[in-house]
Amino acid sequence: MALANVLQSESVDFSNYGRQRRGFASGLYETELGVESVGGDNLSFAVRTACADGDGPERKIEFLHGTTTLAFKFQHGVIVAVDSRATAGSYIASQTVKKVIEINPYLLGTMAGGAADCSFWERLLARQCRVYELRNKERISVAAASKLLANMVYQYKGMGLSMGTMVCGWDKTGPGLYYVDSEGNRVCGDLFAVGSGSMYAYGIVDSGLKQQNLTVEEACDLGRRAIYQATYRDAYSGGQVNLYHVHSQGWTRVSQSDVLMLHQQYQAEKAEKA
Amino acid sequence: IMFATQVHGDNGKMKEYHYTGPVEHRFSPYSFNGGTVLAVAGEDFAIVASDTRLSEGYSIHSRDSPKCYKLTDTTVIGCSGFHGDCLTLTKIIDARLKMYKHSNNKSMTSGAIAAMLSTILYGRRFFPYYVYNIIGGLDEEGRGAVYSFDPVGSYQRDTYKAGGSASAMLQPLLDNQIGFKNMEGVQHLPLSQEKALQLVKDVFISAAERDVYTGDALRICIVTKDGIKEENVPLRKD
Repeated sequence: MALANVLQSESVDFSNYGRQRRGFASGLYETELGVESVGGDNLSFAVRTACADGDGPERKIEFLHGTTTLAFKFQHGVIVAVDSRATAGSYIASQTVKKVIEINPYLLGTMAGGAADCSFWERLLARQCRVYELRNKERISVAAASKLLANMVYQYKGMGLSMGTMVCGWDKTGPGLYYVDSEGNRVCGDLFAVGSGSMYAYGIVDSGLKQQNLTVEEACDLGRRAIYQATYRDAYSGGQVNLYHVHSQGWTRVSQSDVLMLHQQYQAEKAEKA
Repeated sequence: IMFATQVHGDNGKMKEYHYTGPVEHRFSPYSFNGGTVLAVAGEDFAIVASDTRLSEGYSIHSRDSPKCYKLTDTTVIGCSGFHGDCLTLTKIIDARLKMYKHSNNKSMTSGAIAAMLSTILYGRRFFPYYVYNIIGGLDEEGRGAVYSFDPVGSYQRDTYKAGGSASAMLQPLLDNQIGFKNMEGVQHLPLSQEKALQLVKDVFISAAERDVYTGDALRICIVTKDGIKEENVPLRKD
């Protein structure tokens, strides 16, 4: 399996200590002691974990979750906007998480669901993309990169990975946007919003995109507004809005805005209009 | 199947008994040993502090079990959660540090240790190390660095972070005092080593008041370019 192969080469083999070898081929581990995923519910990306019960109070191992991420294609490329909150159960573990992973100067990956799953597999994807470049002497296409990621996680389908990501980039066929998740979905599209706050984001972006021929400035504002509205209504999203723009020269980090500042800004604009 | 029978107790009040039928008890490979860890990064220093209480359920196993482990001359890691996994994980990290030193003829930097720990933790994605890690140290430019992790390897660089049983109590206080969050019209002063040290002692005293798993003593490791200094401060023992 991919995970064992990647890590095996870099670490000491501790099997002589009596531990089971890192063969993730069998599903025995996780059905008894590990994590199980909530089947079929693609929106929530919730993962139930083993409880340490026995003597005294029960404690759950909690991983980092919850988010709103979105990306949409428009005339001048792809806009990628994400929030920056990470939750462990109901505790906000961090308000400054980087949910856009810079795979290479022209490919971006977003992060929704289990934080460790997303960052690990997308970092591995970056490595694979580089290997492709070295072997083929040309940049990898967005379609191929997203397929590599989808195939990597498909081997672990049903084992509890929680990952909903968008692979965004610009290749020789123009702007590219794919949605890939741990259930095995890989879909090409013009607009995606992923995470617990996605429904709120869709509302804003869908109505904003009715207007054709957006300028870069307008598209950035739309992405920013959509994430802001999602953080307003979704308890599991918040922090800052990180905005990226993917164009023919690669990606550019447009802005990082604190949601509180945006709130004050929009309130002021509303007051001005009235 | 649940039965609720009403019985009158000694003082005349009603007592309820619930019979829930046969219950299966499974062996759990984990247990929770408590403990709180905290790390703060300054301009040219880093502080990693932990309490020294080792508990399980309603008992205290030890009052002198610190959770800070020295990795290199410029890096300290704090591990709390399940003590068995903390010990094994630190042994694995030490082994990997040695291997790196032998292969590359230099010590691992804080950032490199953090990236490596992430993959070590993820390697056990389906049977996780039940450990909440925080690394504190100096980066390659000599500035303070703190890296915080979740049990399966998700990590990021912070200025300050609290982890472990009292983390939810400490983190908001640090957000306010170090991050100046939710304060308006306040000058953002850079954090001095003395102020950081006093703050760390104060937050742990507060945590010991309200968290049963935190107390006994506080071990503080101060990382500067001159090395690692340790300090011990007593805490509530109840």
